[in-house]
Amino acid sequence: MQYDVAIIGGGITGSALAYELMRYRLNVTLLEKATEVGFGTSKSNSGVIHAGHHAPPNTLKGQLEWEGNQLWDKLADELGFGFKRIGELTVALDASQIPVLEELERQGKERGVSGLEIWDQPRIRREEPNLNPNILAALYAPTTGVTNPYEVCFALVENAIRNGLVVQCDTTVSAITKEGGCITLHTGHGEVRSRFVINAAGLFADQIAEMAGVPAFRISPRRGEEYLLDKRLAGLIERVIFPCPTPASKGILVIPTCDGTIMVGPTADPVDDKRDVSTTFAGAAEIFAAVNRLVPGISERDCIAEFAGLRAVADTEDFIIGASPLKGFINVAGIQSPGLTAAPAIARKVVRILGDEGLDLIPNETYIPNAPKPIHFSGLPTDEQILLCQRDPRYSQIVCRCECVGEGEIVDAIRRGARTLDGVKLRTRAGMGRCQGGFCTWRVMQLLARELNLPMTTLTKHGDGSWLICDREDAPCSPGS
Amino acid sequence: MLTGKLAQLDGDYDVVVVGGGPAGMAAALGAREVGANRVLILDRDREAGGILLQCIHPGFGLHHFGEELTGPEYAQRFLSEVCDKGIDVLTDAYAADIDLDKRVKVMSGRFGVRIISGSAVVLAMGARERTRGAIRTPGTRPAGVMTAGLTQRIVNMLGYLPGKRVAILGSGDIGLIMARRLTLEGVEVVGVYEIMPYPNGLNRNIVQCLNDFDIPLHLSTTVVNIHGRDRVEKVTVAPVDASLKPDLTRCSDVACDTLMLSIGLIPENELSRHLNLRFDPATGGPFVTSAMETSIDGVFACGNVVHIHDLVDFVTQESLLAGQGAGLYATGHRKPADNIRLIPGDNVASCVPHTISSDRDHTLYLRVKKPLDMSTIRLGEVYEKKLRYVFPAETLTVTVRPRFLENFHGNSLRIDVQPREPA
Ligand SMILES: Cc1cc2nc3c(=O)[nH]c(=O)nc-3n(C[C@H](O)[C@H](O)[C@H](O)COP(=O)(O)OP(=O)(O)OC[C@H]3O[C@@H](n4cnc5c(N)ncnc54)[C@H](O)[C@@H]3O)c2cc1C
Ligand SMILES: Cc1cc2nc3c(=O)[nH]c(=O)nc-3n(C[C@H](O)[C@H](O)[C@H](O)COP(=O)(O)OP(=O)(O)OC[C@H]3O[C@@H](n4cnc5c(N)ncnc54)[C@H](O)[C@@H]3O)c2cc1C
Repeated sequence: MQYDVAIIGGGITGSALAYELMRYRLNVTLLEKATEVGFGTSKSNSGVIHAGHHAPPNTLKGQLEWEGNQLWDKLADELGFGFKRIGELTVALDASQIPVLEELERQGKERGVSGLEIWDQPRIRREEPNLNPNILAALYAPTTGVTNPYEVCFALVENAIRNGLVVQCDTTVSAITKEGGCITLHTGHGEVRSRFVINAAGLFADQIAEMAGVPAFRISPRRGEEYLLDKRLAGLIERVIFPCPTPASKGILVIPTCDGTIMVGPTADPVDDKRDVSTTFAGAAEIFAAVNRLVPGISERDCIAEFAGLRAVADTEDFIIGASPLKGFINVAGIQSPGLTAAPAIARKVVRILGDEGLDLIPNETYIPNAPKPIHFSGLPTDEQILLCQRDPRYSQIVCRCECVGEGEIVDAIRRGARTLDGVKLRTRAGMGRCQGGFCTWRVMQLLARELNLPMTTLTKHGDGSWLICDREDAPCSPGS
Repeated sequence: MLTGKLAQLDGDYDVVVVGGGPAGMAAALGAREVGANRVLILDRDREAGGILLQCIHPGFGLHHFGEELTGPEYAQRFLSEVCDKGIDVLTDAYAADIDLDKRVKVMSGRFGVRIISGSAVVLAMGARERTRGAIRTPGTRPAGVMTAGLTQRIVNMLGYLPGKRVAILGSGDIGLIMARRLTLEGVEVVGVYEIMPYPNGLNRNIVQCLNDFDIPLHLSTTVVNIHGRDRVEKVTVAPVDASLKPDLTRCSDVACDTLMLSIGLIPENELSRHLNLRFDPATGGPFVTSAMETSIDGVFACGNVVHIHDLVDFVTQESLLAGQGAGLYATGHRKPADNIRLIPGDNVASCVPHTISSDRDHTLYLRVKKPLDMSTIRLGEVYEKKLRYVFPAETLTVTVRPRFLENFHGNSLRIDVQPREPA
């Protein structure tokens, strides 16, 4: 099989592009080295759809941030993932910061970002009573949203599959050659030939470019730690809170997540190792100190989970999107923050580039724009729950007690593509609550084993060598019993 | 199978018990004993029995039955009695919500979503384990970091192993028991690391589960980093100073493929919070009267939901009381209200129940803050008792009799545990 387009990397960038390309009559494949899509940087970030005014002007980041922001409502509506425009406040703690807010406001207005307003102290106290009372002023931006980035990747790819995308997970591209008019990608599972290749490999995009013989940039990892707080704090604040930015960083945020809990982070530390997603004492200390200046009621004791993600920073500090000297090979690299926000706009830009490079873009008449929305049982009103369970009582067969997730939802997640414990967790929230899987892990494993017809001992947390349990020679129970 | 009986589910009961562990079953029996006719036990697990089902070691029931039983044996004795007494048991049934009219929203694979009301309700949801997030151990997030309770499920009920080489963080009882279990299953247990200068589990478990198997216990030591991308590869441990701060200059690495956490239980009160009960920050559970009634009329609580117990016999005792209270409430025969409040004083971390009544016998369950040799427990001026030693990991029980209170006319009693000069 020869493809028209092969995408390397199933993060938000590759997924959004795959989704966009399926609008056309094309043979497209997506290659991802992890066991599921979205398991790279795209699952470990703040999940904020930035308002559109943060990224510096005259950068690609700046353009695509605002353009991307405006595409999210329709996307969320069609694909049914969680997305809320909750707005943000960038706050000034001392008078010297007020001009910075004004500059941000001006920059945003110039770009066309709607609804920006500077709030005074009384207004801030009225709207966000739990913020530090010493905050002098804040720039309000209503266009900021929050989403669950992994849910978005899953939804994009699921829709793309409905429209004909071929996804190949557990598939690492290890060499690239060019023969005739075609690029060949060499993987552990054989060769993939395609006229066009998109390098959306995140942190490893520099290595992929090198394999293609067109090295032009270097990607350095910059780590960000995030800490999730107990549901007890839900509602403490209503909007995303940004400190006043410095030239170096957007700073550490307080984020009311899409699921209603609060998350704090991220840090920004350069690291050497592209797989080093560890959290640290220093990171936790930095975050909680910073956050306490914004919202004094937040304590380290409320932490229920922590994680870290790596931004793929190109040496230019900007997105690198465009054709390369190798005909048909297109880079979509250096997609650091606000890459999530910008992803839908990046995808459209790449489609235009492909068109310019000679790919025929004939609309696909049988294109299905939407996807069946996943059922989130605990969020339904009681009368709908009653009706749903009359049809299928597995929804009320509760497996995850903290998040109230039933067997029905878990089986749905597996049918939609979950292959690992994390895959189920990220699709359903089973195991994400305050007991962090202490009660439901084994039941989710049994459902995975049953639905995928696999022995329990082959199941993993997130693929590769992340095995969960091992055999006792005389194990009395058969798998899945 | 420890499944009870239930032919059909009604909308109204005298007493609805949420949780079918030892607490819930004893409460249901207590309610029946005092005349409640229609009693329902709900449990979200597949079988009733609670945490006992996975505790296949002996050591249960010495007080209550006068013999040593395993967890499932202890549970089965209660379940048989529950069935004999015609108490309804609905398993695989999750109580998702509860309101002030004592209506419980139940989700079950068999009956779908239903609203059930009780004249009285008993909360007996047990506890959950503290997780890695609660102590914010830095490092990566590989597979192989799991709580002791989950490990116990995997080994004792599913017949698998968590890994081949296990380090244990925390010296709670579940962890100690699992250290022994894993060793017997052929897993190498490399050591138990406890941040406090004293163990967090019962002394008998330190002896029988660690010492007897030559498993080293490292006190004043904690895990400061977890390594491994996909699966745990090693952990870094470090000694801590008196303020529990790790000394990162004295780290060492311990190779293992599993880190098992045994860092404590938290009363499972997610559901109770819907009722806005008054809570005791020291126990993590609701305030309760001597009848185990919470701050809301007709809502009772017992077992680990109220405070963490170390012996199931105490759970049973306390839960019988709660059930009787609920049964009497439902049938309109309440006992007189309590008239004395108990105030934790020197070296007392918590005390349950929170109030007592001067006309009856009461058992008080106390936890101390720090270990003491040779001490005295004092209830205001009315009563004192000498103790050989006290230990935070072991519950202290005191029986208060009406005659102690004959000359006492106040409405609050302070409880202190103080050092005493050796005789
Ligand atoms: C802490 C943190 C917070 C952030 N917060 C925000 C935010 O709030 N808002 C926002 O807009 N942005 C945010 N970002 C940025 C955002 O997360 C990224 O821009 C975005 O996820 C990048 O997506 P991607 O698809 O380019 O990369 P990735 O998600 O890393 O995807 C690349 C994929 O390529 C695969 N791959 C690599 N090499 C190969 C190979 N050889 N063969 C096959 N597959 C390969 C990888 O496995 C991976 O899945 C944040 C980033 C971090 C780290
Ligand atoms: C490893 C371990 C070893 C032990 N060893 C001993 C020993 O040797 N000797 C001894 O005497 N004691 C021992 N104990 C202590 C004793 O077993 C516990 O104190 C006792 O089980 C607590 O009883 P419980 O009913 O309060 O809680 P649990 O046993 O935890 O029962 C609570 C029940 O409530 C259900 N539930 C919770 N929420 C809901 C809801 N919303 N809807 C429906 N159902 C719900 C749960 O599924 C569970 O079945 C041990 C405990 C452990 C964990």
